[in-house]
Amino acid sequence: MGIATLWLSLLVLIPLGAVVWRGQRDGVPSFWDAITTPQAAAAIRLTVVCAVLVAVVNAVLGTLIAWVLVRDQFRGKWLLDALIDLPFALPTIVAGLVLLTLYGAHSPVGLELAYTRAGVVVALLFVTLPFVVRSVQPVLLELDVEMEHAAASLGAGNFTIFRRIVFPNLLPAISAGTALSFARAISEFGATVLIAGNLPVASVHIYTQIETDNTVGAAAVATVLLLIALSVLVSLEVLQRWAARHA
Amino acid sequence: MHKYALRFIGVGYLTLLVGVPVALIFWRTFEHGLAPVWESLTDSSVLHAFRVTAIVAFWAVLLNTVFGVGVAILLVRHRFRGRRLLGVLIDLPIAVSPVVVGLALILVYGKFAPLGGWLNDHGIKIIYAYPGMVLATMFVSLPLVVREVAPVLEEIGIEQEQAAWTLGANRVQTFRRVTLPAIRWALTYGVVLTMARSLGEYGAVAVVSGRLIDKTQTATLVVDERFQNFDQSTAYTVSVTLAIVAIMILILINVLRPKEHT
Repeated sequence: MGIATLWLSLLVLIPLGAVVWRGQRDGVPSFWDAITTPQAAAAIRLTVVCAVLVAVVNAVLGTLIAWVLVRDQFRGKWLLDALIDLPFALPTIVAGLVLLTLYGAHSPVGLELAYTRAGVVVALLFVTLPFVVRSVQPVLLELDVEMEHAAASLGAGNFTIFRRIVFPNLLPAISAGTALSFARAISEFGATVLIAGNLPVASVHIYTQIETDNTVGAAAVATVLLLIALSVLVSLEVLQRWAARHA
Repeated sequence: MHKYALRFIGVGYLTLLVGVPVALIFWRTFEHGLAPVWESLTDSSVLHAFRVTAIVAFWAVLLNTVFGVGVAILLVRHRFRGRRLLGVLIDLPIAVSPVVVGLALILVYGKFAPLGGWLNDHGIKIIYAYPGMVLATMFVSLPLVVREVAPVLEEIGIEQEQAAWTLGANRVQTFRRVTLPAIRWALTYGVVLTMARSLGEYGAVAVVSGRLIDKTQTATLVVDERFQNFDQSTAYTVSVTLAIVAIMILILINVLRPKEHT
């Protein structure tokens, strides 16, 4: 046990502590200055806005895809199911390059998204695709169809059935998947670095600061990212405990 | 009617986001035949990069497997103060940006940090060398083995281990003959996931490796470097090679998955 603690300390705890420590080394005012420089503030803002957008799209389309995969039957469905996991298995830099071949310069479909916010959102949607789908899918599989039949026989329309019966049951899974995809979206680097170009994305900004030896600035923005990710994960945990108690 | 609308949206979204781009990169790689692909693959820097990736992934997978099983046993079989904190710590790497991981390691093990400086004085170089890259890769793939093995350990309970114990088996024997066979599928699954993550790591390695061509450049770093230097053919070829490995790993995972529950 001593070894495990020492190991974790050397690998995770001390290094992450060092980031936070370095971020506020010159005091709180200079920490504040470091995260409110025009580039840093723009990077944090852009990243959070993109991540919120990505989380919302994932919540809606991820649930829809999970629904199609579980309830719909058609030829070639297995291929669709296999595609879902591809973004997790693919190295992130490869994911970025893959998207640039279709949506980059000389795009064969005429959609040039490189160096645009839309491009960053697409890259983030790509890498976060599996989160909501894979957390909703098993719940949907277990869900009893009888309830829906009962509601239908009592005259409820499809939309009402979804809103009153299916959705409440899926809510914990959807929120878990959405929170994880948000956390992943604010921290993503590999997939966005090629597509973002000069756009300020938080992790790319941190990388540039490291390269230019401004470790204090890098650590300050990194601390903000860590705090956002941590608060999302903690509130998810709290929410699920609360839901479990009130179920 | 609306069933078809949902199917259309779902299939269309997946096709445009994943299907077409991935198919297109394969097409772009092979559109001029196999000769340029072969040329890119036999480039000495590219070969070196694949070797670096393999070495780093090997050590990261090995250490994370040993450590992952150890921590899983600790988390499930022992009760101690700070056990929940340990659980949270294990999951933390999922939420941390790879760049931040790199920065964190530099701040502790870099030449100008107290610990890194001390190690450097004793001839141990961590940052811009293999140890740092292994540490970075281990950091990002830390939870994978633990999270696969821990639930299985929980499920099998301790009766069999206690039985072995009362029959005179020592700790090593109990682990090898009783615990290990029970967790073998979960462990394999976790190891495969760790391997996929290790081979594909980019951000954390980009920061701690220094990107020294023919020294610490990994396969994912080659993709970036060649793409930035307009050597698209090599960037595509290395990407497709990594993608093929990823797809093979996915197939392996799908083959392994049903056996988890037996």
